[in-house]
Amino acid sequence: MEALESWMPLLTTLGKGALVIAAAVVVSIIFKALLVAVLPGEGAKVMRTAPLTASFGLFIILVYALAGIFAPWIAPYGEAEIVSTSFAPPDENLILGADQLGRDMFSRVIFGARNTVGIALLATSLAFLMGAVAGLIAATRGGWMDQVLGRSADVIMSIPSLIFSLLLLSIFGSSMFVLIIIIAIIYAPRVFRLTRAVAGDVVVMDYIEAARLRGEGLWYLIRKEILPNSKAPLIAEFGLEFCFVFLLIAGLSFLGLGIQPPTADWGSMVRDNATLISFGEITPLIPAAAISLLTVAVNFVVDWMLYRSSGLKE
Amino acid sequence: MGDVLGIVAKRLGLGLLTLLIISALIFIAVELLPGDIAQAVLGQGATESNLAAKRAELGLNDPAPVRYLRWLGGAVTGDFGVSLVSSESVTEAITPRFKNTLFLALYAAAIAVPIAIGLGVLVALFRNSLFDRVANVLTLTSISSPEFFLGYILILYFSVNTGWFPSIAKVDPDMGMAERLERTFLPALTLVLVVVAHMMRMTRAAIINLLASPYIEMARLKGTPAWKVIVKHALPNSWAPIINVVALNLAYLITGVVLVEVVFVYPGIGQLLVDSVSKRDFPIVQACCLIFAATFILLNLAADIGSILTNPRLRHPK
Repeated sequence: MEALESWMPLLTTLGKGALVIAAAVVVSIIFKALLVAVLPGEGAKVMRTAPLTASFGLFIILVYALAGIFAPWIAPYGEAEIVSTSFAPPDENLILGADQLGRDMFSRVIFGARNTVGIALLATSLAFLMGAVAGLIAATRGGWMDQVLGRSADVIMSIPSLIFSLLLLSIFGSSMFVLIIIIAIIYAPRVFRLTRAVAGDVVVMDYIEAARLRGEGLWYLIRKEILPNSKAPLIAEFGLEFCFVFLLIAGLSFLGLGIQPPTADWGSMVRDNATLISFGEITPLIPAAAISLLTVAVNFVVDWMLYRSSGLKE
Repeated sequence: MGDVLGIVAKRLGLGLLTLLIISALIFIAVELLPGDIAQAVLGQGATESNLAAKRAELGLNDPAPVRYLRWLGGAVTGDFGVSLVSSESVTEAITPRFKNTLFLALYAAAIAVPIAIGLGVLVALFRNSLFDRVANVLTLTSISSPEFFLGYILILYFSVNTGWFPSIAKVDPDMGMAERLERTFLPALTLVLVVVAHMMRMTRAAIINLLASPYIEMARLKGTPAWKVIVKHALPNSWAPIINVVALNLAYLITGVVLVEVVFVYPGIGQLLVDSVSKRDFPIVQACCLIFAATFILLNLAADIGSILTNPRLRHPK
């Protein structure tokens, strides 16, 4: 009997988990049907063949985007507003209770969608811009430029990203600007390599040769000939890269070295409220769950896109 | 065979060169620091003579290349200087913690590697079945979760709610093996969850890649039984990718360990690094970074060499 009792919390959680999964399946079926109905011609056709995981991913991404964009209107309180005593339990005003300073947990989770995801998106875009431009230049120019860029990428990639960012943050301090630049530099080499490889395949095609003979410039070649032909893998890479960057920022913020207070951010929220866990509360896990959920959703969509673009049928 | 040794030596040289460049980067990064380290140590109120004495003590009056060579020479012989905060020897602060981290990583690897490879081969064999799809969703979820999320979930269920394992992984040197294994079980399990997911997906991809090759199809068409196709034809060729997968994931463990150590308050090198970063204790940060980078490069090197040794085709680069 005693053994059974110690198993009970685990069993009830498993039961709740099954319910959540069932709800997720229902939501994705409904959302898929909705997309098929709403999207015009081509989009509906694509969505009809999409797996459930992909429509679930799209749904979650949409929800996060809405939460991020309309955060000030959705959240009942401001992100830095102290509205209660510290660690106040949930009541009808504070759905998830208060955090260690008495700020509304729920409002901060909503604002986190704007801050954490926004910064990750910004850093990813910057990394992508730097990596893609360098990769395209290396592929079209070749020669010593290619060598210099390639070897620098090798060196950056041979240092574990968390360690490298900790080193740089310890030197330059953790401001939001520095954080974004550092992460962009650390993740640009991945994009560089992919772009260079993909563009390298395209560059040797006859139509590029023809465009060169026509006397087109480098910028025209990149924009009109190479980019349209290497779009699919690059978009998928953007999704993957976003996941890495997002997890790294969450990790750094959790360590207290990423996004700084009082900005509401999911990683540091877990850190600040972790003491509640030893009292059996799950509130500190909600921001962490928000991080995983978005990463899973993006991964689902990327998986589907890679599957579609590669024509991998195995 | 001399051929192989030559390639291995070349790879080793390349790894050493990378490490040298990284050590220079680590050194230069700290050089870039605005202001004076002596000032940072002694604070704003320090007098000019105190500052001069401190600079002489830390050897800051020499030009940067000289200091770099001195630092590198010290690092090679196991002397990383003294901590700016506590004035203790960095090597003494790091050694016991490095052993703890190594213990945790090996513990996690010992559980993760057999499970991951076994499951990876299984999902590859039953690909596109329900089992494979469920495994796919589960591993993806595990990969997508930050380590601290998994860690706290484990603490919540296996420590707070059930009381089976301690939530704080406190260890000391003269603790028995059994007790140590029990205390570090939850952090090790957190690492296992992440690494198994990565490793399983990579093993699955490698095996599926292999099973698509023409000689496997040939063996099947000849009517060879399925188990024989795997054991006789697929397995000998799959060592290279599997060794690669294992080494790459062990390298991944290195960064995972930092977050896990902080969650479980485990006295390892990762936690020391995080503490030193917030205290801006640069000699320790430099030493920790160098150790992490060296381990990372070493494991990647092991992956390279392992695949060269098991795949004769790689011994003759085009």
